[in-house]
Amino acid sequence: MLIIGEKLSIIAKRVREAMMKRDKGPIQEIATRQWKEGSGMIDANIGPAEDGGEELMEWMVTTIQEVVPLPICLDTTNYKAIEAGLKVHNNEWGRPLINSTSNDPERFPMLELAAKYNSQIIGLTVGKGGLPADAEERAAIAAEIMARAMEYGVPLEDIFLDPLVLQIATSQDHAMKVIDAIKMFKEMNEPPMKTVVGLSNISNGCPKHIRPILNKYYFIMLMNAGLDAAIADAHEMAEAMQEKQLVDDILAGKKIEDAEKMKVIQKTLDVIMNKTLYAHSYLEM
Amino acid sequence: MAFAIPKETFSGKVFEVTIGTDRTAVFGGENVLPFHAFEGSVPHRPVIAYEVQDIVPDDWPETVKKVYESVSGDPVTWAKYCQDTLNAKAIALRLLSTHPDRENRSPEDAAKTVKDVLAAINVPLIILGSNHVEKDSSVLVAVSEAAKDKNCIIGKAQEGNYKTIAAAAMANNHKLIAMSELDINLSKQLNILITQMGFDKEKLITDPMCSALGYGLEYTYSVMERIRLAALTQNDATMQPPMLADVGMYVWKIKETQASESELPLWGSLAERGITWEATTAASLLMSGAELLIMRHPEAVKAVEKFIDELM
Repeated sequence: MLIIGEKLSIIAKRVREAMMKRDKGPIQEIATRQWKEGSGMIDANIGPAEDGGEELMEWMVTTIQEVVPLPICLDTTNYKAIEAGLKVHNNEWGRPLINSTSNDPERFPMLELAAKYNSQIIGLTVGKGGLPADAEERAAIAAEIMARAMEYGVPLEDIFLDPLVLQIATSQDHAMKVIDAIKMFKEMNEPPMKTVVGLSNISNGCPKHIRPILNKYYFIMLMNAGLDAAIADAHEMAEAMQEKQLVDDILAGKKIEDAEKMKVIQKTLDVIMNKTLYAHSYLEM
Repeated sequence: MAFAIPKETFSGKVFEVTIGTDRTAVFGGENVLPFHAFEGSVPHRPVIAYEVQDIVPDDWPETVKKVYESVSGDPVTWAKYCQDTLNAKAIALRLLSTHPDRENRSPEDAAKTVKDVLAAINVPLIILGSNHVEKDSSVLVAVSEAAKDKNCIIGKAQEGNYKTIAAAAMANNHKLIAMSELDINLSKQLNILITQMGFDKEKLITDPMCSALGYGLEYTYSVMERIRLAALTQNDATMQPPMLADVGMYVWKIKETQASESELPLWGSLAERGITWEATTAASLLMSGAELLIMRHPEAVKAVEKFIDELM
């Protein structure tokens, strides 16, 4: 399982300020922590970065790789910024990952970059229109992305298919659809396609104290479905791995010793599996 | 082998709610999807309450305004008219005059209106605020006290004011409407928060927020349907209170109930159009699971009652 450390995102105030001021301190501190906690790659999310995106991505890649011997997941919709990042990326520490192409024609050029710079690339299974309705639609889009990748000369082994995790607070039924999509993606090629998720979106909009709980147990369920990589908080995922046996036991219908833990895991799994209706206070019920 | 009609049975059941003290009304109690009496038990008809306001309904379209022309100057007369002449099974008194942008009448004024109306009728009363989050939290407390032990429905408690309103409804033995804005998860959350205060879940009525045909009805329909399925298939007690469809206020403000025949000749008779629109919206929401309706036009009510007759 590849953990792509997620904390370096323009959405976080502290990170945004550091990016704007070109203050290496916080960026390197967060990147180092994600590395030490088990990330195998670092996500650098600079947002749409319409102005100055190239220079910002270049700075992010070099700033992170100055202190952390890991490849970077280049996360922006700005094509030129991706290219700028790829140019300075230190491949000695692994190949970079472009985040992302999709079935939207505006995102096709990302495949060109992947081919040109021998980069890996995430294929987000959405089109230009609305969100995919179910696992089957995600798989159909994945097939189109795979076909297009071959046209552009990107080997299928370099693609990570991303089924797009949606918020459980508003799209509860999609939690299992995403898990089903992961299973379907794996069967779409031999050797199986690689898969990735932006994990924490599952708990976006949920109260702060339940976010790690949802992230962790959802992660384990995705892992059981064959997930290969997750853009996630490495610290949370390390905790998840410690609890994996407990979750697997409960999924197998067994009882675990810690009754309190059992309740939390069972209620969370029920919400993920859409057996009980999600509400912010679901753990208190 | 004889053909057996397949039946779907559920583990959950909608709570049965009784309102009023003299003449009472009961709704809810079913353990099947709306009107599926052939699969289980549907002990009660949905209840339709007539809407009455504490202010002359200047903004109502002519079709429905003229029905109440001679009585709408006074909520007591209006309520009595609905009960005695229109045979209303319940009255929904909307205290619109308390809204800060209307007359901004005080909670004390509202309490007096409620007492007067209660003294004049013997059918159950639903007491609604003006849907102003801050103002309702004082108005609905005052009217809850004024109607103490009359077993009314107080509404609507929302995320921003449920604490004071639920406490007042609880202290004065009323039922309570919990309203959220077209989001099943927030609807469940609000019901949880209210019951966590000690409010009896069997005294709640869920309002997932209404909308008129052509103006987002399908969203209300879908949320109601999912609430009912959670109540029945998942036996989710937080989703087992009966549901309210506050139909009249959403229907009688849209273009289709107001645009004149000269303006839009292809749309046909204005009066018929408005009545049909209210009846169709109400009937749709009955199909998605509403047990309590608030309506305005007597002809629309009549049509919906007939529709219920046929389905029961």
